[in-house]
Amino acid sequence: MASLTPQVTTQVSPGTAPRRGGRPRRPRVWRGVVLVLAAVYFLVPLIASFVFTVKVPDGGFSLDAYGQIFAAEGFGTSLLLSLGLGIATIVLVLLLTLPAAVAVRLGAPRLRPVLEVVCTLPLVVPPITFVAGISMVLRWGPDYLASTPFYQTIISLQNPDFPVVLVLAYVVLALPFVYRSLDAGLGAIDVRTLSEAARNLGASWPHVLLRVIIPNMRSAMASASFLTLALVLGEFTIARLLSFQTFPVWIYTISGSQAQVSVAVSVFSLLITWLLLLALSSAGARQRSGS
Amino acid sequence: MPLLAFVVIVFGVPMLVLLGGTFTKEGTFSTANLTESLQGAYLTALIGSVKISALVAVLGGVLGTILAQAVVTSRFRALREAVLTASGVLANFGGVPLAFAWIATLGNSGVVTTTLGLGEHGWSLYNFWGLTLVYLYFSIPLQVLTVVPALDGLRPQWREAAQNNGASTWQFWRYVGVPVLTPALLGGVVLLFGGAFAAYATAQAMVGSTVPLVTLKIADALSGNVLIGHENVALALSLDMIVIAGLVMAVYLPLQRRSARWLR
Repeated sequence: MASLTPQVTTQVSPGTAPRRGGRPRRPRVWRGVVLVLAAVYFLVPLIASFVFTVKVPDGGFSLDAYGQIFAAEGFGTSLLLSLGLGIATIVLVLLLTLPAAVAVRLGAPRLRPVLEVVCTLPLVVPPITFVAGISMVLRWGPDYLASTPFYQTIISLQNPDFPVVLVLAYVVLALPFVYRSLDAGLGAIDVRTLSEAARNLGASWPHVLLRVIIPNMRSAMASASFLTLALVLGEFTIARLLSFQTFPVWIYTISGSQAQVSVAVSVFSLLITWLLLLALSSAGARQRSGS
Repeated sequence: MPLLAFVVIVFGVPMLVLLGGTFTKEGTFSTANLTESLQGAYLTALIGSVKISALVAVLGGVLGTILAQAVVTSRFRALREAVLTASGVLANFGGVPLAFAWIATLGNSGVVTTTLGLGEHGWSLYNFWGLTLVYLYFSIPLQVLTVVPALDGLRPQWREAAQNNGASTWQFWRYVGVPVLTPALLGGVVLLFGGAFAAYATAQAMVGSTVPLVTLKIADALSGNVLIGHENVALALSLDMIVIAGLVMAVYLPLQRRSARWLR
C-alpha cells in the first residue's frame, strides 16, 4: 500500500514493512478479483462478436462477412451521408460556439451562466423528446406556412440527399461537449492578454480571432471535432425517427436480412469510432504531459 | 449572439411546439393527452423506464465505484491508464452496434449462448434483465470516469490523520471517505440514470417492444404504428420524460458544486 502514496513513502525509511500491518494481503486479492471480473464482462462481448462474424456454419473460419460489407447495398451512400453530416455539424458548431465562448470570456462575463444553462439543456432533454418536437414542427409546417416563403425552407431542410435538419439537431446535441472542450481550451491560454496585445498592435477583431486565438486553440478544437464526429457517426434516434438513411440506421435496416454482416459492420464501425477516440485521448495525454 | 439565436430557433421552437401539442386536443386546450400519457400501457412504459434506469444507475454506480477503487489503488500505472482510456471509449459505446455486439454474444444464436448451451436453460437476452446487463456495459465505464478524479482527491494524508487519531478503516470510510465522495458518487449515479433513461437505439435494436420503455412508446406513436391522432400523446409522454429527467438533473448540479469544493 505504501507505494501508492508517494508523499508518504519518502517519509518512511526504505525497507520498512507496510505500516498498516492489520491488512497486508486481503486488498490485493480483492482487487485482482474485481479486475478479472471486469475484464471478462467487458472483453467477452467484443471477442464473441468477432467470433460471430468469422464463424461459418460448418465450423470453419472466414472473413467473408467483412468483404460483404463493402458490397452491401447502401453502405457507401449511408456512410458518406453520415460523414458529410459530421463535417457540416463540426463546421457549424465551431462557428457558433467559438465566438460565443470567446465573447463570454472577454466582453460579457455576466452572460456566462446563461450560456452554461443553454449548453446544459440538451443534456437534460432526451434526444427522443427533442425529435418528437422537431417532427411536429416539420409536420405542421406545411399546414400553416404553405403560402409563405418558409414553406420552401421547410421542404429543403428535409432534402433526403443532405438533410440540413439533422445537421441543426446534431449541433444542438453536440453543443454541451463542444462548449466544455472549447471553454477548457480558452481557460488554458490567457485570452485577455493575447487579444489586448493583438489589438494594440492594430489587429481587427476577426483578425484576432483567426490569427491569434484559433491557432492557440487547435487541440481543444480538434478534440471538440472528434467528439462531434463520433456523436454524429453513432446517432440513431433522430435519424431514424425522421427517416433518413444514415449509417447507424442502415446497420439497423440490414440486420433483418443479413445478421452476420450487420454484426460485422458493428464491429467495423466500433473500430472506426474507437480509433477516433483513442487518437483523441492519447493526444490529450500527450498534451497534459507536455504542459 | 448568434449562438443564442440558433438555440432559441432550433431547440426552443420544437420544445414550444411540444408543450403546445401536449395541451391541445382537437384544436382546444385540454389536459387529456397528459392524463392519457399517465394511464394504462403508457404508465407501464414510463414506470418500466424509470425502473430500469434506476436499477442501472444504482448497480452501475456501485460496480463502477468498486472498479474505480481497484484501479486507483493499483500499483501499476499502465493498468490505470489502460482502464481509463478503455472507459473513455466504452462509455461512448452505445446505440445500435452495442446491441448487435450483445446479440452476437448472448442472443438466441449468440456465440456464448450456443457454446454453453444456455438456450436450453431458458436463457433470453431480450428481457428486462438482459437489457440491464447491456446498459451496464456503457454505464460502468461512465461511473469509473466520474469517480476516479474524486477517489484521486481522497488524500492519503486524510487517511493517515484519521489513523493517527486512532480511527479504524471502517471509521475512516464512514466518517471521512464516504462523506467526501458522496457528491461525486451521486453525481455519477444521476448521469447513469439520465443515460439509461434516454437510451433508445440499443433498446430498439435489441428488444423491439417486448420490454415496455417510454422511449419505444414515443417512437411508435410518432412513426404512426398506433392509432392515428395519438401523436399528441407522444408529445405528452415526451413532456413526462423531460420533467423526470429535469428533476433528476436538478439534483446533479448542486452536487457537482459541492464535490468541486473538496477536489481541488
